[in-house]
Amino acid sequence: MRYLPLTEADRTEMLSVIGAPSVDALFSDVPSDLYLEGPITGLPLHASEMAVEKHMRRLAGQNLAASDAAFFLGAGAYKHHVPATVDHLIQRGEFLTAYTPYQPEIAQGTLQILFEFQTQVARLYGCAVANASMYDGSTACWEAVAMAARVTRKKRHVLSGALHPHYAEVVRTMAKFTEDEIAGASVSLTALPDDDGLIARIDANTASVVVQYPDILGRIPDLQKIADAAHAHGAKLIVVNTEPVALGALEAPGHLGADIVVGEGQSIGVGLQFGGPYLGLFAITDPKLVRQMPGRLCGETVDANGKRGFVLTLSTREQHIRREKATSNICTNSGLCALAFSIHMTLLGEKGLTGLAAENHRLACIAADRLAKVPGVTVLNAQFFNEFTLLVEGDARQIVRDLAAQNILAGVSLARLFPDGDARGLLVAVTETTTLEDIETLAAALEEMLS
Amino acid sequence: MNKPINQSGWKPGTPVASDGSAHPTVTGNKALMLEEPLIFESGGADICGVDLPETPTDLPSRLGAFARKDAIGLPGLSEPQTVRHYTRLSRQNYGIDLGFFPLGSCTMKHNPRLNEKVARMPGFADVHPMQPTDTVQGALGVMNELAHWLITLTGMHGVAMSPKAGAHGELCGILCIRAALEARGDARKVVLVPESAHGTNPATAAFAGYSTEDIPATAEGRVDLEALKARLGPDVAAVMITNPNTCGLFERDLKEISDAVHAAGGFVYCDGANFNAIMGRVKPGDLGVDAMHINLHKTFSTPHGGGGPGSGPVVLSEALSPFGPLPFTAKTADGYVHLVEEENAQEYDHVQAFGRMTAFHGQMGMFTRALTYILSHGADGLRQAAGDAVLNANYILRQLESDLDAPFAASGPCMHEALFSDAGFAEGFSTLDLAKGLIDEGFHPMTVYFPLVVHGAMLVEPTETEAKSGIDQFIMAMRSLAERAKAGDAALKSAPHHAPRARLDEAQAARNPRLTWSAPDET
Amino acid sequence: MARYFTEEHEWIEVDGEAATIGITDYAQEQLGDVVFVEVPQTGTALEKGAEAAVVESVKAASDVYAPISGEVLEGNGALEADPELVNSSPEDEGWFFKMTVADKSELEGLMDAAAYKAFCDGL
Repeated sequence: MRYLPLTEADRTEMLSVIGAPSVDALFSDVPSDLYLEGPITGLPLHASEMAVEKHMRRLAGQNLAASDAAFFLGAGAYKHHVPATVDHLIQRGEFLTAYTPYQPEIAQGTLQILFEFQTQVARLYGCAVANASMYDGSTACWEAVAMAARVTRKKRHVLSGALHPHYAEVVRTMAKFTEDEIAGASVSLTALPDDDGLIARIDANTASVVVQYPDILGRIPDLQKIADAAHAHGAKLIVVNTEPVALGALEAPGHLGADIVVGEGQSIGVGLQFGGPYLGLFAITDPKLVRQMPGRLCGETVDANGKRGFVLTLSTREQHIRREKATSNICTNSGLCALAFSIHMTLLGEKGLTGLAAENHRLACIAADRLAKVPGVTVLNAQFFNEFTLLVEGDARQIVRDLAAQNILAGVSLARLFPDGDARGLLVAVTETTTLEDIETLAAALEEMLS
Repeated sequence: MNKPINQSGWKPGTPVASDGSAHPTVTGNKALMLEEPLIFESGGADICGVDLPETPTDLPSRLGAFARKDAIGLPGLSEPQTVRHYTRLSRQNYGIDLGFFPLGSCTMKHNPRLNEKVARMPGFADVHPMQPTDTVQGALGVMNELAHWLITLTGMHGVAMSPKAGAHGELCGILCIRAALEARGDARKVVLVPESAHGTNPATAAFAGYSTEDIPATAEGRVDLEALKARLGPDVAAVMITNPNTCGLFERDLKEISDAVHAAGGFVYCDGANFNAIMGRVKPGDLGVDAMHINLHKTFSTPHGGGGPGSGPVVLSEALSPFGPLPFTAKTADGYVHLVEEENAQEYDHVQAFGRMTAFHGQMGMFTRALTYILSHGADGLRQAAGDAVLNANYILRQLESDLDAPFAASGPCMHEALFSDAGFAEGFSTLDLAKGLIDEGFHPMTVYFPLVVHGAMLVEPTETEAKSGIDQFIMAMRSLAERAKAGDAALKSAPHHAPRARLDEAQAARNPRLTWSAPDET
Repeated sequence: MARYFTEEHEWIEVDGEAATIGITDYAQEQLGDVVFVEVPQTGTALEKGAEAAVVESVKAASDVYAPISGEVLEGNGALEADPELVNSSPEDEGWFFKMTVADKSELEGLMDAAAYKAFCDGL
């Protein structure tokens, strides 16, 4: 087996040092009636690199890659161009094959990057402090809800109906066990988000208000208005963002009254990957609450010679020290995805991110205008960034399936997202990777199908 | 309140007169070791490393009143500067690719590059999680094929694939147990955790609403079977056990423990962090385990990436499988792989699912890597890998037991890790000093101060992918360092001397947290 | 004035109706560099044995328990900016909080200085 360096001679010599007759003898503590004397039957034996690659390539070939289609899916995962530099750098063995930086003297590379990443995220979100990342946007959303409960010592959470349904479902699942009360609502298909309806549901027992920006239908809620209402009731405003490119064009949530800002960072540097691994972003506006924050944190310090350096810090919040009193049971961040995010963000910089956002918005406006001309199609949104909702005269889910056969991945139907979703609803995302030709292809196909 | 942390103000790029070394340089660089400033010090708002189309400025906006008004404050670098920045930083990191990484409990084994190549095939890397299932049969096929391997290797009944990492999987397992108990109207409140458990175990149980109680270990480093049996009762929901345990030993009474727990109406959760030692040698299902997470980033060699992403599928017994979270895959007789989510759970008889742990379907990028690794090894190779990992650890244990205190050396063969303590070191010398000495010798330190049951613990996990020559060199270094620690060599106390940084002031970092960069005049 | 000690390595100095509580020199030595202290709010009612404060070093976090029942009169605000006072002056400037003495009989089970020294020597 090509990954196992020991030779038979090595094994014999090592066994003699140990004083054991065989490798099997080292497993003498396993009850003998349960010990497996040979390879498990019914499973294949080892295979060459060539053979394995062939098998996997065949499986990969059974998928329609986004780049091989006219592609319009979003709903929490977005197709953006990732510069070749990003993937080259994250594959350097010193990054790829490093562990969590618990030995800071030989992990300054990872640590300095986490410090840079935390600063990039904090600035993007308009916050004071960001952590070193979490599993993904949905788990970060739950962690924000749990933090709000710790800080406010209240247990009722008001969820916007236009929060990504998977995120809402994760929150509901976890809350069942922590006995937090989740006040949800169904999503209303209106041109503007129902901010007033959300505000009306906030009361004195409310620990947090969770609102997505832009929301699952692509609309843009009035965060400041919601923040003021939440704060008037002693509640924290949690803002969820699933498309960080949008923040190159939209005001940062931290500047609009948000207390905790969380989101999915996949758009920057990570790629679609069928849903994971992704990158949870987590930031807060009040630095005094940092000890209530979940997740790893990297901080600046100096070494014994006075040189600047970085370490993981405030680790007493974490489970390996606090055990049952930890702020969260999570002990992994999404390190390599955070690195990819940070590299891509460094390549973009202020100029690149704002330019990228402008290009996304430009193409989305063109697409919305073109699709609105298709008979039987209405654009729901009064406002949007790079994703909007269509109402089609027909079963959107079936349309998506039928168009897939023509290499058009038309979007995500609301019926797929919400079990009780409106059958007419189709969520369409447009990024810098979408061409005018793609837009025309989709419009023409819809015209044909709805005629 | 913000006190300056960096009293000297030195940063890369500033001249230095002396850096404490025998041959200081004016840049602070040391030949191949180059100091690198932060992007906030070297980058600029107008510098950009990507080319964008010229977007006209007089575009219609559909952003309403919410367009950004102020600059974000994100520095950019050109592409060549970017490549240099990250390449220089990478060289301040230790990785498996560079050398021996015997970090106990973390299973730092070789990461095959075929796995990386496969994960980047467009059919896996460039597919959206919400595409129609007709267009992602290969991706769902990977999930299904990996699930089959995990179930078969562990002798279990089902598997929840979506948990994002080990601790997330652990939580998933405990939530399955709570859901199963609630379904039968049984409100048990206590989870028993051996004192040698991973720190995540009590944190997880507490999150799931359970109080935890410690179960002591015997003098030979295993769970005290009698103490555990004595504590079992109608209030005990589960026992969380790690096998092989954190002392590096196989819990030989696990079957008896499981039988007793089941007889008392509870469930057995096994922390699968150490499954690497026993894959293909014994099936946890045969030992009576009800739920066990598998760290794909340990056992099946998906890269650790400097702290993640991980992946923690949870295998489940027949009793717990109906409660596993959504989504999961189901292959029908026609060969089609279905994705079972909230909307169609009923069709697949899975209405008791306790909910959803994450958006989308789990760590697909880790599934492709793990399946590639598993297919490369096959059933025979995985069994051999476990054998070599255990052989390497026992070799280290026996080679060093006369140089270092090995508290459980008399407890029989160890599994895939060897445990030592700091007993016998000179006054004022500890495990940390030996660990930092290893850095100077070119090795990544072992896990230190864990497990807590041993004073000054040193947990060495060589894994199966280390050649004997490398292990022998490590043994030589450990002997030398043990001697220096016993003799009280002052130079060891200030190690490392050859790393990019000397020991860092962690107290200062925590007292006065500086977690984001701000310009010097802002602080 | 009388000073008592607990097995949790806390000291309590009683002066009339009020008591001052901190952690002992032995405790700070075991913790190492203290980096953060959270003291209770004035007015908090504490039962004997209740968690009253938190002390954190780089590698450990510990709860400080109320050695007696009573109401918090004042937390030591200086510890917020200077947690290292717990290391440099544990049994003086590094005090944690002052509280009322609700029930003097609760003091009876506590150790005096000599008994505490013997207790530590036995560890």
